[in-house]
Amino acid sequence: MQEIWQALVQAVNLIVTLDPEVIQISLRSLYVSASSILIAALFCVPIGGLIHFHDFRGKRVVINVIQTFYSLPTVVVGLLVFLFISRSGPLGGLELLFTPAAIIIGQVILIMPVLTGMTIGALSGVDKSIRDTALSSGASNTQAMQAILFEARFAVVGALILGFGRAISEVGAALMLGGNIRGYTRVLTTAISLETQRGDIVLSLALGIILIGIAMVVSVITNILLQRY
Amino acid sequence: MKTLFVNRIHRVSIPIIITCLLVGVMLAGCAPAATPPAATDNTSAQGTAFPITPGTPRFKIATTTSLYDTGLWNYLEPMFEKKANVRLDIVYAGTGAALEYGRRGDVDALVVHDPEAEAQFIADGYGINKRSFAFNHFLIAGPVGDPAGIKGLTPEQAFKKIYDAGIADPSKVKFISRGDNSGTHSKEKLIWQAAGLKYADVEKSGPWYVEAGKGMGPCLLMASEQGAYILADISTFLAYKGKVNVAPLVEKGDLFLNVYDVIAINPDKIKTAKMLPTANTFINWLMSDDVQNIIATYGVAEYGKPLFNPLKGGGCTEPGCPKLEDYTVPVK
Repeated sequence: MQEIWQALVQAVNLIVTLDPEVIQISLRSLYVSASSILIAALFCVPIGGLIHFHDFRGKRVVINVIQTFYSLPTVVVGLLVFLFISRSGPLGGLELLFTPAAIIIGQVILIMPVLTGMTIGALSGVDKSIRDTALSSGASNTQAMQAILFEARFAVVGALILGFGRAISEVGAALMLGGNIRGYTRVLTTAISLETQRGDIVLSLALGIILIGIAMVVSVITNILLQRY
Repeated sequence: MKTLFVNRIHRVSIPIIITCLLVGVMLAGCAPAATPPAATDNTSAQGTAFPITPGTPRFKIATTTSLYDTGLWNYLEPMFEKKANVRLDIVYAGTGAALEYGRRGDVDALVVHDPEAEAQFIADGYGINKRSFAFNHFLIAGPVGDPAGIKGLTPEQAFKKIYDAGIADPSKVKFISRGDNSGTHSKEKLIWQAAGLKYADVEKSGPWYVEAGKGMGPCLLMASEQGAYILADISTFLAYKGKVNVAPLVEKGDLFLNVYDVIAINPDKIKTAKMLPTANTFINWLMSDDVQNIIATYGVAEYGKPLFNPLKGGGCTEPGCPKLEDYTVPVK
């Protein structure tokens, strides 16, 4: 149990002394996961909107399928993407395996279902009367949609933060697709996994604390921006 | 009402624009991370944030976990990057997984330690220019009290005794197996065979036999937690000595020899393997005096003796040691 205290001390120490390797790994984690969530958001928020605003046969089934994929195991995503981008796979010519881009691909696939599903949920959570009020006060259909999107902004941003959390905390895809190459594809979670393997429990925990710190900073900044507008 | 909506939409777009800008700057700033940093930049391995100099080729190798966990590669990596003007990307994996990366063409060279699997790999045409560059030994470690009474036996006798005692009382005697098709796992199978047991039977013979499916380090930690016996390479054992509560019990035996080999991927078989010249440089460099001298001293300061033995002048004379030309004749 003493390790937890030591880990806290070491985490603070690593941050205060600006340990170059830790800073590099942390920035890479942030870069990879932020890219993943932005790419995923680009697809998933509009798709979520499309599904929510349109009535079609089998809508419930689609939503059920999306929700099922919330539990997509990171290792399975890692394996499937691996088979595609390995040099002997169909996309092998792109030479993506063991690069940061490979991790981003894996994480995008991993968080797409969560982001789409949560967007649908966020939009469904908006009071129906808002749409009616908007329409009855002369707003066009598009404007009514914008009003609903605006009302749902907290929940949508919540979904984005959740997706970011899933991306930055996953280790299966990052390890399998990135290969945990020092100075290139090592991110916080794969570094933690390696240091645990090496038996350095304190350093592993310290890196974990730094990861949580990054998640906290991202969520606080996002919420401040959101509150302001 | 209508203008109100529009206003609100505009206000909400401001943070979105700010976020996009921030992210844009970040992506631009980080983009070079996806391109190879300068090999001449010695500090890059130590980790300047995102070194920029696109165009340096990336040379990928898969290495066995024992060489990685002991920290030897951290030491050698910047040296080779400087020498060959490449970025050396090191993926660590058990020998089984490393060979699979090789078969798929995902790496340019392999550093492994499983003679039989390597011979198959080369016979299948995937690998060429195999050389040896280091060796050490395996050992059987276990609880200090040695409940199965194996101290001083040969590896085969010790395994047979652990097997009998484990079946008799799994609460007292356990064995942790890597169970991951690594070189160590292959060696374990060989010793079971030499002990006159079929591996398939051993595997299913009861709760005393624990398949961990993990690297050498984690398995040692597990053996320490559970008071179990384990087959380990001496390098990882030394590196973990301070962290685990298991003692070396059997350290001598012909079967314990552990030779580390380096193999290039054959471009005739794997069309995407374009780095053969670099792979050859890599292989010859590992056999060079520079590296052999480092291997001879690596770990002495910390552990009292070297973690690995160099083949050149390292005195590998026992049966099974590689032939002189296998670690001296440069590859072309």
